[in-house]
Amino acid sequence: MIPASFTSPFRRATRAVLTTATLLAAATATAQVKDADFISGHTNPVLDKYPTAKVNTTGLLVDDNFVTVGQLHSVTGTMAISETGSVEAERLAISQINAEGGVLGRQIKVIFEDGGSDWPTFAEKAKKLLVSDKVGTVFGCWTSASRKAVLPVFEKENGMLYYPTFYEGLEASKNVIYTGQEATQQIIWGLDWAHTERGAKSFFLIGSDYIWPRTSNKIARIHIERFLKGCKVVGEEYYPLGHTNFGSLINKVKLKKPDCIYSVVVGGSNVSWYKQLNAAGITGKSLAKKGQILLTISTTEDELLGIGGENAEGFYACMKYFQSLENDNNKKFVAAFKERYGSDSVIGDVTQAAYLGPWLWKLTVEKAGSFDIDAISAASGGIEFPEAPEGYVRIHDTNNHLWSKARLGEMTEDGQFVVLAESDELIQPNPFPEGYK
Amino acid sequence: MKSFIYNKALGGKSGTIGLAVLAVILLLVFPLAMDNFRLNLVGKYLSLAFVAIGLVLCWGYGGILSLGQGMFWGLGGYCLAAFLKLEAARNIAAEAGSDQINALTTVGLPDFMDWNQITELPWFWYPFKSLPLTLILVFLVPTVLAYIIGTAMFKRRVSGVYFAIITQALCWTMELLFVTRQGWTGGINGITDLRTLLGWDIQDPGNQRILYFVTSLLLLGCVVLGRLILGSKLGKLLVAMRDTEGRVRFSGYDVANFKTFIFCVAAAMSALGGAMYVLNVGFMSPKLVTIEPSIYMVIFCAVGGRMSLLGAVYGTLAVSFGRTYFSESFPDLWLFLMGGVFILVTMVFPLGLAGMVDRLTGLVASKASAATDAPGLETPVSEPVSPPPA
Repeated sequence: MIPASFTSPFRRATRAVLTTATLLAAATATAQVKDADFISGHTNPVLDKYPTAKVNTTGLLVDDNFVTVGQLHSVTGTMAISETGSVEAERLAISQINAEGGVLGRQIKVIFEDGGSDWPTFAEKAKKLLVSDKVGTVFGCWTSASRKAVLPVFEKENGMLYYPTFYEGLEASKNVIYTGQEATQQIIWGLDWAHTERGAKSFFLIGSDYIWPRTSNKIARIHIERFLKGCKVVGEEYYPLGHTNFGSLINKVKLKKPDCIYSVVVGGSNVSWYKQLNAAGITGKSLAKKGQILLTISTTEDELLGIGGENAEGFYACMKYFQSLENDNNKKFVAAFKERYGSDSVIGDVTQAAYLGPWLWKLTVEKAGSFDIDAISAASGGIEFPEAPEGYVRIHDTNNHLWSKARLGEMTEDGQFVVLAESDELIQPNPFPEGYK
Repeated sequence: MKSFIYNKALGGKSGTIGLAVLAVILLLVFPLAMDNFRLNLVGKYLSLAFVAIGLVLCWGYGGILSLGQGMFWGLGGYCLAAFLKLEAARNIAAEAGSDQINALTTVGLPDFMDWNQITELPWFWYPFKSLPLTLILVFLVPTVLAYIIGTAMFKRRVSGVYFAIITQALCWTMELLFVTRQGWTGGINGITDLRTLLGWDIQDPGNQRILYFVTSLLLLGCVVLGRLILGSKLGKLLVAMRDTEGRVRFSGYDVANFKTFIFCVAAAMSALGGAMYVLNVGFMSPKLVTIEPSIYMVIFCAVGGRMSLLGAVYGTLAVSFGRTYFSESFPDLWLFLMGGVFILVTMVFPLGLAGMVDRLTGLVASKASAATDAPGLETPVSEPVSPPPA
């Protein structure tokens, strides 16, 4: 049926177009992911040594002067707040590599895709990057769920994923380089520290309810019960992701009086968790008076930004990297990061691990003399990166994880950490811990 | 018999033309114009269109706005994913040794159960060892759930906005159930890494093309089924119930039963879509069971025109293509663009794409009955997004 007046849709159309335009204007005003810098009129100085036919035998998006890589993170949805740091760090590394002359004489271009905090979208975009764009190498993913969603795609299409987040282990794909620490690297040394340095004998394990906290606490429990003399676990509790009411948990903690509150609470829940602890009178100072500590493996500088340093002062975290690390590599990295993204930006553990990705890839490609994924996969074992902000790191010979140190930091009022201790040696990655099954 | 098929199933001349056009687009144009990757994406979109068709039946005609169709869609998907996962778990034996990922997982047990310290297959996983049983359960589980919800709600005359809110709450509950029972369901990761169906590689590009055609044909089948329902006496009753439920009740019909029936049909169609999605994509995630995709599904239906079965398919395709295109071209702006498009569509074309086509053909032919689709398209509806008077 024809509407009585055919003019009204046009009036409506004008209104709708105006609304849409306003929305778009608002959108452009919001922060955007900056494009990586590359020199556009670049010519390859080492082309005769590395001709395209030799470095790219599998039809990847590599020509004489440029190589294209993929980047796959969430910049929309609930994970955007966490993943933005990784996006920025990877872009920084890529622009630095380009400024140094690129990889095998080729400038790096980036195709960015948004995972939208949605695991099926991650899988779709991963496939697009590998199959349609032929990028081969992708820096990306953050949550375990997104990695699990893209893993079959990377294995099937033979791509290489550089994955930055500390995670639960139980995985070692030839198509992934894990630049964050797997669970044992982060947990065991930290528990030993709590036991020997702070005399902790009873532990209360707390976590968000998904695979990483559960696996982490499983390893923690086995380590406490089997390997630490006279120590015991007095409680283990899980709450859904995004949970905000920790009142009953805090009561249980008060009742059990553990020497160490071991927290693997993740993401936004952290804000309520620490604020409610504070409100209940459990602070770094009050714990210290009673000889107790709160140790976490899930709170970095990024989370402290939301929690507020004053709510978390005096609690401890075990990570491989803190922004306050005193070494020349890190000072250079922090300065470059702040210059590019503003002086009030902060760098957490995962952000630094993401920064390692492009550098490790560059070193691997140069060792292999090829951009082909099989060549990268074969050359990855043993790659060393002495300029890493966290200090020297090396890719394990067989399992594609990094050898790295563990460090213990105390949270301060300004949302940073004071580094109290670090492991003497690099800790070997052990994604399938035999004694901890 | 011939006229029955022609008039009822195909919807007369205009209906046949509409169906033929869609069939040509799905079975000829897309496969010829697209590479395997894009075609697989369309297969994924089409598995969402099953839900949209179901929504046309229960919302557009039956007046039952459900904001929780993702629940049925997800259950169908999870049922099939369970079967595929068990098959993958059995195949580990052949692959172990070469692959470290499988080194520490138990043969026959899905990997996520291993990670969650579950050592034995839970009893309710046993039926999923058999394909025929699984195929029955794909339909049975969501339909029974829809029946329970329908009986509980419609017998008590819960309708309209209240029903929509309850379905949304149920949908959220379902997601929580899947996320928190991670030892049984894979939790937030979902059921991933599905590779074969009875040894047939579902990730193989050639086989994915076949899956695309199967999805398209099943979808066209659902359109025909929808037309049969709408063309029958039941279809007229549905419209009557939607417009004045009281009068239908006073005429001696048990309104609740009819509503429950159409709600169950919509649920079964959604479940089929969920199962096809798992085959096309190769995994199942709780992210798909939750409120957001359920609302997307209603949007598909609204954009396509909620009174048109074919419009639902076009709506799904249009919105999904838009989503993919915008997010690939403007990774940090795409949500705003999608929002803008939705505003545009609801303000300019309150009857959706089908309404637009209707209006245009109506203009050209200058006759009121130029409906491109099922009979009843010309029923005037003023507001597309709010539930119609029940």
